[in-house]
Amino acid sequence: MKAQKRRRLIADIVGCIIAIIVLMPFFLVLINSAKSSADIVVSPIALPTNWGQMLTNMSNVINNQNFSYWTSFASSMLITVVSLVLLIVFSSMAAWVLSRNKTKWSNVIFMIFVSAMVIPFQVVMLPLLSTFRGFSTFTGIQMLSSYKGIIFAYLGFGGSMSVFILHGFIKNIPYELEEAAWIDGCTPEGTFFRIIFPLLKPVQVTVLILNGLWVWNDYLLPSLMLGLNGKIKTLPVAVSSFVGSYVKQWDLILSAAFLAMIPIVVLFLFAQKQIIHGMVEGAIK
Amino acid sequence: MKTKKPMAIGLLILGIVSILLALYLDVTNLQLSYNLTAKTSFSINGMLLIIGALLVIVGMYTFPTRKHKKIINILFLFPLLFSFAVTVLVPFGFGIFYSMTDWNGIDFNKFVGIANYVTMFKSADYLYSLLITVIFTVVNMILVNFAAFALALLCTSKVKGKSFYQAAYFLPNLIGGIVLGYVWQFIFNKVFTTVIAGSDSMLTDPNLAMVAILIVSTWQYAGYIMMIYLTGLTSVPKDVLEAANVDGANSWTTLLKIKVPMIANTFTICIFLTLVNSFKQFDLNLAITNGAPARVLGEKIIQSTEFLALNIYNTAIGKNQYALGQTKAVVFFVILAAVSLTQVSISKKREVEM
Repeated sequence: MKAQKRRRLIADIVGCIIAIIVLMPFFLVLINSAKSSADIVVSPIALPTNWGQMLTNMSNVINNQNFSYWTSFASSMLITVVSLVLLIVFSSMAAWVLSRNKTKWSNVIFMIFVSAMVIPFQVVMLPLLSTFRGFSTFTGIQMLSSYKGIIFAYLGFGGSMSVFILHGFIKNIPYELEEAAWIDGCTPEGTFFRIIFPLLKPVQVTVLILNGLWVWNDYLLPSLMLGLNGKIKTLPVAVSSFVGSYVKQWDLILSAAFLAMIPIVVLFLFAQKQIIHGMVEGAIK
Repeated sequence: MKTKKPMAIGLLILGIVSILLALYLDVTNLQLSYNLTAKTSFSINGMLLIIGALLVIVGMYTFPTRKHKKIINILFLFPLLFSFAVTVLVPFGFGIFYSMTDWNGIDFNKFVGIANYVTMFKSADYLYSLLITVIFTVVNMILVNFAAFALALLCTSKVKGKSFYQAAYFLPNLIGGIVLGYVWQFIFNKVFTTVIAGSDSMLTDPNLAMVAILIVSTWQYAGYIMMIYLTGLTSVPKDVLEAANVDGANSWTTLLKIKVPMIANTFTICIFLTLVNSFKQFDLNLAITNGAPARVLGEKIIQSTEFLALNIYNTAIGKNQYALGQTKAVVFFVILAAVSLTQVSISKKREVEM
């Protein structure tokens, strides 16, 4: 009994120490975003003497031309929300068609979706830019540095994994449900939106979380498509462009980082279980 | 039924006409645009095309026919398939083609065959980058999986406040690599040099800079992998563990002889997930070191911590060598595809055995 108690105590201590180490960077961001530049030079690990400095730093950063927090936050929000809604609706629709029709074509299309999950962004990013540029000059629809362009791109890139996850789920929904609706005179689109779509909710949450975190944190795609100093900036792009123009001004950079972290941390506090569950599910599938 | 058909046909015709008109204007290079205000304008060509497409969709949807189900199938597939084709498939095809030309990001003049591939494999900076990426990938995979498995064991033991620990370890994974990278740059440059007074920043030494990226990468990723191991460990049936306990197995034997073999599948998932993600590492690399510091290799000066993804980016965007960058990207893809195929074949084999 004594040995067991001691072991539990050791586990407690170890867990605690690791948690402190893991959370340390966040703590350092917090304390240093409440210091002036000079104070950071003196000591980056001392507690701030005047927490009011944080407000000064924040307002400096928020109103900064390169960062413009609220605008970037709104852009990130808009891009993420619209991409996710479209992605959920369209990939559920596609996955339903692909899993309910056992024809050669639907198999081929599904296989293409699945194998495309291997394609890294790097191999398509350069031709993507030129394809979009060509598309814009040909049709007059602005695709680069515009919301519709980047949302369209996220729809395309997120599509294959979403279809894959949803497809696996729809396969297990009994087909009799649809037949019953069909006999009662429901149209195919009615069957989908009234019966199948609501049943997909648990797996849609997984798709939502996986894609949401990816779109929200993505840097490379928006930096290429919107430009580092373009009119529209997402938060990661804004942070990067801010760092580029305020090299080594750590008080401001850390305040910017702090502001960029806040939304996700708050979201995590509220939806911790769903987020962890969603990300694990996504990896296992 | 009778009024429906002419209406649907009308919509279809209207839609097709407007698409054709838009395409005609595009082909004849007539770009019409309407100035909403002094600054914003929208393209009439683009508008025509979109309205036309929408009309065709509505027309097809309302068209009364026995093949309604088929039409719905096509309409349901179209949006995702279209965006997927335009953003992934078409650029992918072009990408492989461009890697064999002298493409400059806009157009190309001639077909050069495998010349780009030859140049690439002859350039020292690429080979170096390939080498350190492989080293980083393997070391990172080992570190992350060790840390994650240890954390998972810790979280399955009888520790108080388990859910707090899990959340804490998981947190770094939620925040983008770019933001975290800058934070860690600060930690390496300012905090560590203060804690160990008078020391140089790790980021100024080629080898230590690599270690620095490994630290951050493990820190960021271990919590996520830990969660996957946790799911695996909790899925081991309780009665099996009880049986082992009754038979007098101590916790080490239970772990090595029962738990580890039973979650072999989880190991495969985690190992390949970390392999692929470490190989694709870009954000942290860009934000922490951006390839620096320089290292002298033979007679050449080489960026010492420039992993492949960053190397591709810098070649194309930084040095404007689009064809060469694209060539490197194609090889990048081939390596990743090979890794994924290995994973699939391993899991298949295991399924057969089960």
